Amino acid sequence: MFGRLTIDALPLYSWVAMGGAAVTVGGALLVALLITWLGAWRYLWTEWLTSVDHKRIGVMYIVLALVMLLRGFVDAIMMRAQQAFSLNAGGYLPPDHFDQIFSSHGTIMIFFMAMPFMTGLINIVVPLQIGTRDVAFPFLNSLSLWLTASGAGLVMVSLVIGKFSTAGWTGYPPYSGIEYSPGVGVDYWIWAILISGVGSTLSGINFIVTILKRRAPGMTLMRMTPFVWTALCASVLMAFAFPALTVACGLLALDRLAGMHFFTNAHGGNMMNYPNLFWIWGHPEVYILILPAFGIFSEVVATFSRKRLFGYSSLVYATACIALLSFTVWLHHFFTMGSSPNVNAFFGITTMIIAVPTGVKVFNWLLTMYRGRIDFHPSMMWTVGFMVTFVIGGMTGVLLAIPSADFLMHNTTFLVAHFHNMIIPGVLFGYLAGYMYWFPKAFGFALDRTWGARSFWCWMIGFYLAFMPLYLLGFKGMPRRMETYNDPSWQPYLMVAALGAVVVMLGIGCMAMQLYVSLRDRRKTVDLTGDPWDGRTLEWATTSPPPPYNFATLPEVRDREALLDMKERGTTWQRPARYEDIHLPKNTAVGVIVGGLAGVLGFAIIWYIWWLVVVCALAMWVALVVRSSDDDAEFTITAAEVKQIEDARYRLLGSRT
Amino acid sequence: MSSAALHATPSGHDGAAATHEQRALGFWLYLMGDAVIFALLFATYVIMVNNTAGGPAGKDLFDLRNAALETVLLLVSSTTFGFASLSARTGNRGAVVFWLLVTFALGAGFVFLEIREFAGMIAAGAGPDRSGFLSAFFTLVGTHGVHVSMGLVWILIMCGQVMTKGLSVPVVSRLFRLGLFWHFLDIAWVGIFSIVYLPGLL
Repeated sequence: MFGRLTIDALPLYSWVAMGGAAVTVGGALLVALLITWLGAWRYLWTEWLTSVDHKRIGVMYIVLALVMLLRGFVDAIMMRAQQAFSLNAGGYLPPDHFDQIFSSHGTIMIFFMAMPFMTGLINIVVPLQIGTRDVAFPFLNSLSLWLTASGAGLVMVSLVIGKFSTAGWTGYPPYSGIEYSPGVGVDYWIWAILISGVGSTLSGINFIVTILKRRAPGMTLMRMTPFVWTALCASVLMAFAFPALTVACGLLALDRLAGMHFFTNAHGGNMMNYPNLFWIWGHPEVYILILPAFGIFSEVVATFSRKRLFGYSSLVYATACIALLSFTVWLHHFFTMGSSPNVNAFFGITTMIIAVPTGVKVFNWLLTMYRGRIDFHPSMMWTVGFMVTFVIGGMTGVLLAIPSADFLMHNTTFLVAHFHNMIIPGVLFGYLAGYMYWFPKAFGFALDRTWGARSFWCWMIGFYLAFMPLYLLGFKGMPRRMETYNDPSWQPYLMVAALGAVVVMLGIGCMAMQLYVSLRDRRKTVDLTGDPWDGRTLEWATTSPPPPYNFATLPEVRDREALLDMKERGTTWQRPARYEDIHLPKNTAVGVIVGGLAGVLGFAIIWYIWWLVVVCALAMWVALVVRSSDDDAEFTITAAEVKQIEDARYRLLGSRT
Repeated sequence: MSSAALHATPSGHDGAAATHEQRALGFWLYLMGDAVIFALLFATYVIMVNNTAGGPAGKDLFDLRNAALETVLLLVSSTTFGFASLSARTGNRGAVVFWLLVTFALGAGFVFLEIREFAGMIAAGAGPDRSGFLSAFFTLVGTHGVHVSMGLVWILIMCGQVMTKGLSVPVVSRLFRLGLFWHFLDIAWVGIFSIVYLPGLL
């Protein structure tokens, strides 16, 4: 009846694990109680969970990302605390538990923090920047969100029921095979990733079609904003790289569930095939995450330097080059696997080449700032902090691209420092810059600048304290993922790194404080014009938050900086002669239902509850068939209603002057 | 009274044609993603084809007559699907349903032959858990077979839609995408025939 699920699945094996479970369950109960107390269940269901509006879906993605950021960060600081004090001692975490923590930290930060954060920002901003009313496939968008949320949910459930994987976020066999990891941990990892991976593939397809087919009249490809360009390239990578992850994890699942021999030691398995398949997805994934962040930096730097972006077309071509080249470097993740020197040299060289277009972009941003009138808004601080820090990570990356050097540094904390040095400033700082830049667009009031700046400085200083020592430790030969060690010369560095994690924690605290203060004082920073930063692109041409239809009449684009061009021609807030009926997609519960069923399906497979697998699969199938046969998925906002909403907006605009 | 007539009038939808063009592009992109899955399964098969672990190899297991018959069924089913598409263009509902059902029968025959082949191999002790080679074989060919089976269900659903809703614009656009899917599976099968069965037997 319940497969291999028994009472032993509860985390009664350690106090720390029980604490984690208690916090998870308690947090979920607290949120549920709060919603009940506010009487907001119906509102939440009809207005948010079932919504197919790209702006709301985007907000929900980012809420998910911020929650998972907290979880992933707790994992991080637990690891730092363990290593700071586990010289010649066991520390407070047993090995099995420590291994779960580094596995879930990586899995969460990549799949359930960075991916949803990026997808959320693209969702909110791209349709506005290209001047359209929604994405191409609004229902698919909702489905993607709930598949991602289900994957995240499975990782959280693993805290309470059973254990998570101990095989690291990459899950290499044969260790992750059934022979060495017979428990449910690796299965949690596989199904969380497979389910959310389908969501990401669908998001990629959705954004490609949206950007290629739904741009406002006059917006040629070379008039798209840098963020739209980077979102397009990232989406192409999502649509074509995620299938590789599906194959890698799918074959691993077949090994584990059906006794197959893709990656096993015996019976003709080929475990080296797994890293190849995994990194054919994994390296493009790095660029899936970082390209949109590059787009955000480009928007922020132009807006807050009051200048056109320097070298727009070189930035576009550099982005496209990176997207293509990202499929040609995957082998550098396992130079030590033993390919021939020629193969290693090939991938070493392509890796060095891919640094070139990235370097081009740094000059784009620097020269945009040159002689600009720079406003050091927190978004701009994230951008400058990124540029300074990211080039260090880039250089250590080129160092690791040399196969012979990689043989020495491979699997040490030098590598850990390198990829955190790329992903924290490159990806996370970018998303946080975007979060503080577009927050007023999504909610109609701005975030507090002081707390934003404090958060930036804590993150920045904390980052250097936490990761520069890891570079040195890597040179000293410390392997990654050690829960205990016996070299006393390592400890001081690990202490500093732990201190860095504490400073980053202060940065997260400042972010929470910023949100609270901004909410409290929202009347002071309310954005009546929809254009708080004197922006240059179309998203600032509509109200904050935008009406459900985004634009009452679709804008005519004449220039790359469409809004700036309208301002210069004095046509910014012209009222159209008349309004027309607008058709928008109806909300639907199918997305949240199918997403939820996918989560239950994953849980059932993990615990071998086969009858439930069949029930969930059939229910999902029926829901999708019914939905896809529905020819009446739109509703109409009449011209009169549009006029009413727009009149109210112009009254507000008038009251301002 | 066909709903095609209703949809043909400019009812203010910001272009029903534009919507279906977007769906067609989206579906193409999905198929390309699916092609990546097949490409990686092919690559995996090719590197594992000799990993028989002392078990049977392709030449001991494959039956060229069966594979050839499967090929004929699937290729002819693509042709009959083409007839269904042509009938949809001329608005002949009955013919569309007829050709869809013929396509279904041929596809079902293909799936039957494949299941029979798989069952025979498993009964002979050459199941997917026997060796790396057989894992790769069953996964590649089986993934294609699962696609065909889903295509069969989709064909039945479209038969139902054509009969109840007529050849409306949304129904015809779904038929178009089903056609893309069905022809794509043909191409994947040609790959399987020439990379799995032929070299396995020669």
